[in-house]
Amino acid sequence: MTAKVLRRVAIFVVSVLVASIVVFLFMAVLPGDPAQVALGVNATPELLAKTRAEFGIDRPLVTQYFDWIGGVLHGDFGRSYVTRDTIGPQLLDRLGVTLWLVGAGMLVALVIAIPVGTFAAVKHRKASGAGVSGLSQIGVAVPAFLAGIILVQIFAVQLRWLPSGGWTPPDQDAGEFLRGLVLPALSLGLVQGAVLTRYVRTAVLDTLGQDYLRTARSKGLRPGQALVRHGLRNASVPVVTVLGLQLATLLIGAVVVERVFVLPGLGSMLLDAVASRDLLTVQGIVLVLVVGVLLVNFVVDVLYTVLDPRLRGS
Amino acid sequence: MKARIPVLAAALLLVVSGCSAGSSASVSAGPDTLSVGFTAEPANFDFTKTDGAAIPQALLYNVYEGLVKLDSQGRVVPLLAKSWTISPDRKTYDFQLRPGVEFSNGEPFTAEDVKFSLLRVKTDWTISIKSTMDVVDHVDVVAPDHARVVLSKPSNGWLFSLTSRLGAMFSPTGVADLANKPIGTGPYVVAARMRGDSVVLKANPGYWGREPAYKTVVLKYIKDPTALNNALYSNGIDVISAITAPDSIPQFQADDRFRVVQGTSNSEVTLAFNNKRAPLTDPRVRQALTYAIDRKALLDTAWAGRGTLIGSMVPPTDPWYEDLSNVYPFDPAKAKALLSEAGATNLNLRLRIPNLPYAVSAAQVVQSQLADVGVRTTIEPLDFPAVWLKQVFTDHDYDLSIIQHVEARDITTFGKPTYYWGYDNKRVQQLLAEADSGTPEQQVADMKQVAKQLNTDAAADWLFLFPNVIVAKAKVGGFAANQVSESFDLTGLAPR
Repeated sequence: MTAKVLRRVAIFVVSVLVASIVVFLFMAVLPGDPAQVALGVNATPELLAKTRAEFGIDRPLVTQYFDWIGGVLHGDFGRSYVTRDTIGPQLLDRLGVTLWLVGAGMLVALVIAIPVGTFAAVKHRKASGAGVSGLSQIGVAVPAFLAGIILVQIFAVQLRWLPSGGWTPPDQDAGEFLRGLVLPALSLGLVQGAVLTRYVRTAVLDTLGQDYLRTARSKGLRPGQALVRHGLRNASVPVVTVLGLQLATLLIGAVVVERVFVLPGLGSMLLDAVASRDLLTVQGIVLVLVVGVLLVNFVVDVLYTVLDPRLRGS
Repeated sequence: MKARIPVLAAALLLVVSGCSAGSSASVSAGPDTLSVGFTAEPANFDFTKTDGAAIPQALLYNVYEGLVKLDSQGRVVPLLAKSWTISPDRKTYDFQLRPGVEFSNGEPFTAEDVKFSLLRVKTDWTISIKSTMDVVDHVDVVAPDHARVVLSKPSNGWLFSLTSRLGAMFSPTGVADLANKPIGTGPYVVAARMRGDSVVLKANPGYWGREPAYKTVVLKYIKDPTALNNALYSNGIDVISAITAPDSIPQFQADDRFRVVQGTSNSEVTLAFNNKRAPLTDPRVRQALTYAIDRKALLDTAWAGRGTLIGSMVPPTDPWYEDLSNVYPFDPAKAKALLSEAGATNLNLRLRIPNLPYAVSAAQVVQSQLADVGVRTTIEPLDFPAVWLKQVFTDHDYDLSIIQHVEARDITTFGKPTYYWGYDNKRVQQLLAEADSGTPEQQVADMKQVAKQLNTDAAADWLFLFPNVIVAKAKVGGFAANQVSESFDLTGLAPR
């Protein structure tokens, strides 16, 4: 098992390095000169040259890459071309916002998906089960930003119960923080919940048909008890896989939702940085996102072995 | 397991909460707090090294002050200078400074600071508009309250540029960290900022002038026009500094919770012709294209009919404004005649525009109207600012483009043959130089001639002037309708 984990770690490290090179090269071929964008109209050639030198973008690509990745390995993401501020602390701040959003969205999704999916599976022969499945189908088709726009129209613009956007840090005003998080988390979580509901339903249905459940039932357990004691743990294996995959989707959804709700997360930082050709910042954010997704995959792999003892031996 | 996963998620949330504690913007809503929504966020607070409109919009006249400022009619009026005199040769300016002015770090404001600030533009500023200050020869400290500026040649443009960020007064002890800690003499100081969200200004307790009505002003940055409107509807903000979705204006007008203030701006939306590239080198072709476009119809489509048809590079708030919007009335027949006279039939032009809403919708109107006179155009939206700046602005690789020119008095760009217009006219260059060095009366007369000459040459087609539309809660007043300076001036705002 240790060897297995070590192999996973090695794969993880190599993936991160390859990703960093790809990210760096993509930035290098992006049209538009960061110095020009920073200086704006009427920039003189001398000033442009000076600024390029100051940014270090007049040096060979290989030098630039090693400078950058060397710094990143020491936790130094460099200085932004646009804000002229260190990128690292800024990234952490923004990552915090995005993780709150993704975490709350995931929580909403799970709170919906697990009971509803299980219900739909247990009642799959009944109209109520079919009805729930149908509803989740509709939910799957709704993009998160549309859910966000609709929620804002109802709860912020019409009823004025909740803010239409903006961010209050939790340590500053916990109440405002929660109020601000409700709509973004719902717009991410409702859609995600609909997606997960279908997986939970399938997984539970699958489990219901297994021999060991029939055995448990024959020992005198009621269907519900049998499912809770023996079924859900097994059903959770495919659900955890999907959860890992969905986390990546959730991150992408968060980027869009951040724009709709004006949240200062990684997504809005990324969009702004791309627009202003703040390449170092873009590189930093993309690298963090890539590492995040790879990390989730890594954790899911490890979780498998915890959830399913059969996978431990091999 | 059903229970364990939500617990895991909750644990994750708790861990993460440690990360999000960053610089935070504390806002207590109250009658003396105002929240204003903007679309463009300042990258930092240093407008001496970072270009763009967002920093002076937030800080000029609010945190930083100059010797003079622009009033809402576009006149140069006293600010930190009580008064000034100009020598007969128009090269020496004597400024009498206001007494008892202090920077927000407690340092007194004196003529030494005037000298320091004006000379610093040449040495430390890196943004390109700093060249307007090259004309300053030297600055003398005659007395603590008397600064004398000597120019190497007379320049009206110089005095005007003192009303912009270029004239902002700094203290030698307050420039260590301009990007994060602005120190000026203005009615507000920067109290907090949260990147991607807001900047909080608080009233400067030591301010020399009238105390502002709002003690706290939160500048909220919301890029998306719909989100900006929603924030006003849901009480998230009190004011939208400039509407970027004109279709939403009637909705605000119909709602008595809000008031709409509409005026003019300095922002000419221009169909640029590459004057250096055939067949646009021929004035008849440029005139033909100008006749071919129905600017009224275009304004209706591109900006909901809001805005002003001006027909020149001069907004109504400049002293030399004349309405030239009817010089080239919509006349497709005349356009066709001119095109065939110039032998420019079967044209196929590249209309390379920034990927911004007003440009995209205006381009479609331009394309269909030019098609009616037999001119084919290919619309190429370019990522703005990066790609548009590089390819159109710097490399001049375009036939036609559409962009708003936001800077004040940017008609002078037609005096620079290397500018992306590619317009090279000795008479215009001479008139611009004379206007800059002459008396104010001469300046007005000369600038009128420049505008007329550009119009005659059809150096560009000025499609329309952007309106300045402010929407606010009904209880907020004191807005200047016209946007004349770089600043979103908070000093006049007050409850009604």
